[in-house]
Amino acid sequence: MAVMSITRAEVAHLARLSRLALTDAELDHFAGQLDQIIGAVARVQEVAAEGIPPMTHAVPVVNVLRDDVVAGCLTPEQALSGAPATEQGRFRVPRILAED
Amino acid sequence: MAADGAGMASELTRLTAAEIAAAVAAGDVSAVEVAQAHLDRIVAVEPDVRAFLHVAGIGALAAAEDVDRKRAAGEPLGPLAGVPLALKDVMTTTDMPTTCGSKILEGWRPPYDATVTRRLRDAGVVILGKTNMDEFAMGSSTENSAYGPSHNPWDLTRIPGGSSGGSSAAVAAYEAPLGVGTDTGGSIRQPAAVCGIVGMKPTYGGSSRYGLVAFASSLDTPGPLARTVLDAALLHEVMSGHDPRDSTSVDAPIPPVVAAARHAGVSGLRVGVVTEFSGGGSQSGVRARFTEAVELLESLGAKVVEVSCPHFSYALPAYYLIAPSECSSNLARFDAMRYGLRAGDDGTRSADEVMSLTREAGFGAEVKRRIMLGTYALSSGYYDAYYGKAQQVRTLITRDFDAAFEQVDVLVSPTTPTTAFPIGERADDPMAMYLADLFTIPSDLAGNAAISVPCGLAPEDGLPVGLQIMAPALADDRCYRVAAAVEAALQERWGGPLLAQARELGEQAGDGR
Repeated sequence: MAVMSITRAEVAHLARLSRLALTDAELDHFAGQLDQIIGAVARVQEVAAEGIPPMTHAVPVVNVLRDDVVAGCLTPEQALSGAPATEQGRFRVPRILAED
Repeated sequence: MAADGAGMASELTRLTAAEIAAAVAAGDVSAVEVAQAHLDRIVAVEPDVRAFLHVAGIGALAAAEDVDRKRAAGEPLGPLAGVPLALKDVMTTTDMPTTCGSKILEGWRPPYDATVTRRLRDAGVVILGKTNMDEFAMGSSTENSAYGPSHNPWDLTRIPGGSSGGSSAAVAAYEAPLGVGTDTGGSIRQPAAVCGIVGMKPTYGGSSRYGLVAFASSLDTPGPLARTVLDAALLHEVMSGHDPRDSTSVDAPIPPVVAAARHAGVSGLRVGVVTEFSGGGSQSGVRARFTEAVELLESLGAKVVEVSCPHFSYALPAYYLIAPSECSSNLARFDAMRYGLRAGDDGTRSADEVMSLTREAGFGAEVKRRIMLGTYALSSGYYDAYYGKAQQVRTLITRDFDAAFEQVDVLVSPTTPTTAFPIGERADDPMAMYLADLFTIPSDLAGNAAISVPCGLAPEDGLPVGLQIMAPALADDRCYRVAAAVEAALQERWGGPLLAQARELGEQAGDGR
């Protein structure tokens, strides 16, 4: 089994997907470490797993529903209590669309 | 308390949780006196140990006063009423910050209590504060905490384990008789082992995840840390049980863990030694103590056989695909919008840019590595080769357990391959750090029950070694029955608890300062 390696450019792409504004020094550092880790975890590919079902969860998971009745929930004040910025009882966020 | 106040107060911190609860219930000591004695101990040793991120002096005394008032009024008290506890900072608390050891949640005050927190409060447990941890529970040493590492009370230059290392250090340093941890890949059992105390990972779903800040949702399991097996069982019973607010909570009675801890015995029990975990790869002193523990179990009447679990050697790589994948998804919630840090919001930058700058500033190196690793494993083109394959390995490991438990009642192994390593030794070597969880990960992937109980000191460094006992899902009581038998037999041999062999903290002057 060929060991996949990961390039610095791929790590930069992953960082962008992950919403991490990494520095150049971090990119250099993490590229080497991720290459080593991915090489190690790739060992799972040695296991012959023909016809083996994937296991997502330690216990069988089924939908768990509660009765459709009004229950307690956070007040608006509680929900906003940890927000970095609020305005008019809402979360204030930076612009989400480009100017043009 | 009587004339010799100081002497008596220091003795209170040496009592077990069971002894404290009995003394409070009988009126021999007040819950406030117990709380104050532990707060004094915290003041005395925290400069060395650094187990806590937040100490709730006034809140703890108020909770203790409430217990004393209830007792005076003749109201019924829970089995741990008035007993102090150290709570891992991953559990939400309305009256204390919850940081998860991360800068991104510095100072965050959650608007609700975790179910575990709520159950502790309802039982009259006195929460002393929030304990240090590897950031978002990712690590085996507390070195990944944004607030600096905690120190092992056995040797302050060494790690207390992780990620629940603040809780294990607090319990081993007599700052609290009880601690709450969470186990995703070994984060309760490994810190318990290297601090010479007891730590239990309940069956997945046996204890609620509501209000536990999520790392890997299919693995995260809260559980107890304590200095005795009985104390761990008492806490297990108080903090666990079905919770309608957690959709993966198991709707079944709590296994009879306290009764099991009180009725220790292994006569006729079939014990399996995991072949793959008993040979090389471990420190020689760990191997020696483990071999002795197996011989002890045999001398107590257990039938010991060797059992092969051929896929256990793939547990570590599978875990480091599954856990980061879930982490990359769970930690997407830290988006700088609704809670926590916001960086770079200068009025010109977009939400997307602010998000990336915030996560860059707020997350530490290990969290960044795991988010990117998970993002990689879940990417189209790599999904089948990595995440899909890891999920199949998870099935194979569970099948290994199923086959083993047809032959034996419990499986045993060392808890960790080595004793506590020096702070700094593996800090920037992720693969070396990951190996600390080599023996604990299989039980997390299968979701069954596993405990670590002290089994002696490694001769080469004089540091604690843990014996891991694994049982089938929902057979948590078996872990306690075997651990209590091992504990009783070894304490008779040692003439007291293993922790009594640790140097007093004041005598380590110069270490780790």
